[in-house]
Amino acid sequence: MTLALVETAAKIAFVFGLNIGVFAPLLGWVERKQSAVMQDRIGADRADVFGFTIIGLFHTMSDTIKLIFKEDFIPRGADRIMHTAAPALALIPALVAFTVIPFGGHYTLWGHNVNLVVADLDVGALFVFAISSLAAYGVVLAGWSSNNNWSFLGGLRAAAQMFSYEVAMGLTIIGLVMFYQSLSLVTIVEKQNEFWHWGIIWHWPAFILYFTCAIAENKRIPFDVPEAESELVAGYFTEYSGMKFIMFWMAEFVEVVTISALCVVLFFGGHHLPFVTDAELISGLGGALYPNFANLAAMGIGILTFIVKVIILIFIQMTIRWTLPRFRYDQVMALGWKLVLPASLIWIFIVGVGILSGIMPRP
Amino acid sequence: MSEQPKKDYDFHKEHHTELLTVNMGPSHPATHGTVKFMLALDGETIENIEVDVGYLHRGFEKECEAQTWTGVFPYTDRLDYLASVINNVGYAMTVEKLIGITTPERCQYIRVITSELARMGAHFTCLGAGALELGALTAFIYFVEAREMVWDLIESVCGARLTHNYVRIGGLTSDLPDGFAGNVKTTFKECRRLWIDFDKLLTKNRIFLDRMRDVGGISSADAKAWGFTGPCLRAAGVPYDVRRAEPYLVYDRVDFEIPVGETGDNYDRFQVRLEEIEQSMRIVEQCLVQMPEGPVNVNNPEWRQPSKDLSSGNIEYMIHHFKNVLEGIHVPKGEAYQAVEGANGELGYYIVSNGSGYPVKMRVRPPCFPITSALPMLIKGRLIADLIPTFDMLNLIGGECDR
Amino acid sequence: MNWWETGGVDSPVMAKVKERFKGTSTLIFTHNFKGDDTIVIQPEDVSLVMEFLKDDPQLAFDILMDVTAVDYLNDPDIQPYLSGLGARFEVVYHIYSEEKNHRIRVKAPLKAEEPIINSVAFIWPSADWFEREAWDLYGVVFRGHPNLKRILLYKEFVGHPLRKDYPKTKRQPLIGPVN
Repeated sequence: MTLALVETAAKIAFVFGLNIGVFAPLLGWVERKQSAVMQDRIGADRADVFGFTIIGLFHTMSDTIKLIFKEDFIPRGADRIMHTAAPALALIPALVAFTVIPFGGHYTLWGHNVNLVVADLDVGALFVFAISSLAAYGVVLAGWSSNNNWSFLGGLRAAAQMFSYEVAMGLTIIGLVMFYQSLSLVTIVEKQNEFWHWGIIWHWPAFILYFTCAIAENKRIPFDVPEAESELVAGYFTEYSGMKFIMFWMAEFVEVVTISALCVVLFFGGHHLPFVTDAELISGLGGALYPNFANLAAMGIGILTFIVKVIILIFIQMTIRWTLPRFRYDQVMALGWKLVLPASLIWIFIVGVGILSGIMPRP
Repeated sequence: MSEQPKKDYDFHKEHHTELLTVNMGPSHPATHGTVKFMLALDGETIENIEVDVGYLHRGFEKECEAQTWTGVFPYTDRLDYLASVINNVGYAMTVEKLIGITTPERCQYIRVITSELARMGAHFTCLGAGALELGALTAFIYFVEAREMVWDLIESVCGARLTHNYVRIGGLTSDLPDGFAGNVKTTFKECRRLWIDFDKLLTKNRIFLDRMRDVGGISSADAKAWGFTGPCLRAAGVPYDVRRAEPYLVYDRVDFEIPVGETGDNYDRFQVRLEEIEQSMRIVEQCLVQMPEGPVNVNNPEWRQPSKDLSSGNIEYMIHHFKNVLEGIHVPKGEAYQAVEGANGELGYYIVSNGSGYPVKMRVRPPCFPITSALPMLIKGRLIADLIPTFDMLNLIGGECDR
Repeated sequence: MNWWETGGVDSPVMAKVKERFKGTSTLIFTHNFKGDDTIVIQPEDVSLVMEFLKDDPQLAFDILMDVTAVDYLNDPDIQPYLSGLGARFEVVYHIYSEEKNHRIRVKAPLKAEEPIINSVAFIWPSADWFEREAWDLYGVVFRGHPNLKRILLYKEFVGHPLRKDYPKTKRQPLIGPVN
């Protein structure tokens, strides 16, 4: 009992530490530095500790310190409670969604069975979508409670956009669920043990659709109409400052990570190395002689593989963000309802035909 | 029984809605150049728009009337601050027209070269900012990089990056520096590389096309009636360019093309400007080949202040130097209008002199002023997001519009 | 010799305009100093002249480049006709024909006490803002203008700053919210 609690606490600490402590601040740095590389610039490199700058990594620290000490401004006429609650409502769902994402496999350590997921729910995929749609509340409330026309317009745009793409996003993975016959993300990952069973092999159209929806859901360029700075100043977070402002940013970054992690789990085999199954890995590491250490090493390799895959997908998202201009609001909606939604419905049909006719062998 | 439609049916009253009035600007990210739009929004649609300019009004004409003819130059710098040299050239040529002097050939070539460099800088900024407002920050940085290199060239000529104050009545402040032609060559090579990168990023980008195509379109007849000139008029299919219609300086000796659009929408304006950058580079390259050696100032101390050696060694030059500094040059009585092709269109100067050292009237015809006045017509009934590319491609320059 | 006397023959545009208004009192004065064809007209006839300039197929002036005003308070001797008419202001139109590639300058002298002239905004819409600007800075009233109000200055501004009797150093009180 105690051991299980410790294990869960450790996993929660790992997931949250990974997200809030590593990925979210680091993505701020990555966004700066990657854009700098793409734009023939040097990028932020001035913050230093005793003269060491370490390619601008200290900027995340100095930014945090600066933002903590900034004035926390609530505009006159704003709804104070909602205005304060909104950033938390935006950030928490993004973090909670991570709990059902397996960042490793099953390992047996000294007789104790370790499953590298915080909560192995049978409806993991549904849980992710259910929770991430809650994030819309934070955004809409932020827009409404700020008592600012631009925030209000941004909130309205965000509401329409997030709810529209929610529908399409849920439908894009139905084909995948039919293929793996499970809604549990852990099961889906287990079934991708063989490289030829990875989601991307058969379901690459679903991946493209899902990735589009996910970026739209996350409101990043080219879908950043709710916060389009040239039209709506900063959209729903126009009236935010200090840590509340950074909470929206963190929510966005954590969502970037969540999207990438979910993509890895659904389409890229989770923690699996290509062409190497878990059993082969453990036995290759000397599972017969030192089962505990082999399991531990496999666990490390699994987590590392997972993180590397996530980073590659983050890199792709960042590249998209710094390459494309943004859509117009009505074009975003048209794309969602007139292209992505029908396409995902057609894909469900194709997958159904494929499975029933045996063209698409289920793992 | 069908219900009779009510006579005074008011949609907003019936549905308990009202138009949302928002102030866009003067401090809004999209209204660079400081301008205010009063928008009446029905959802995202612009039902009504009122453009309020004048936030950068600084009494340009009033100030100029209190300056000597030579003292006006720094004020002209601040009109279209992205292409200061063209403003300088236009003003100098108007005064020269009134006086009746012709500048030496080398001076004319240098004026063309610097004008075209300034035009490139202005177009780089306009297109880059247009891309930035649509979210393509990378494209913006590419063109800002190109602009900075072009401005480096101008800086090597006159020592300033933004407000050049380079041209004088009857000449220039200085000749081109040594090695200028070589610098131009290397800079243009880089500019062309960045130009191609920019072109690849945006010109055929589907998202960008969707945003720009068929937005803010205007027919050629309408464009002429609304006083459009420059790239905005050419995008509407009218091949009017002062450099070709009434060639001034040495524009009749260089070979360049005038890009013309078809529909007059934002995409055509974008393409016309993009092509004009290339044509400007061609003009500069030809001028550098054709340019003769020789003086850059008229040898007439009455109009152009002589060099220090002459003015301290020759009594006649010294008298003129003394008089010109104290009273300003005495431009003869009369009035004159001279147009040059500015970065945004026809930049015209209308001056009236009473024979003293100070202008009686110093009027500048700002190209973007009438163009901006057409904005409500172009944007009414469109979405708020369409306002952004339209406003960018009309390219309001606050300093020029508000004076 | 006066400054406007440059001699030479009339350009086709000038000849055409002179022929059209021969025998009427519309044309007060013409010159083509430095090649700029200039006609000075009676302010009452501005609509007539402008419509002719725009609609005549040989003239076809389709772009109104500029509308401005000049205040000759201190220098009435520059233009020869001003003192005879008792005029102080002059509204100056620069018009260009893109089709035929020629220009003309049209001027209309106005009296100090009633600087009123008909608007040409219904002929060229671009005149809308130019006329508002001339009203704003010179106080010239354009009769029939759809929306004649200040454009560059704020609406609480008193006076018209480009008039020669408006001191350059004059300050107006600050307006707007004080907090």
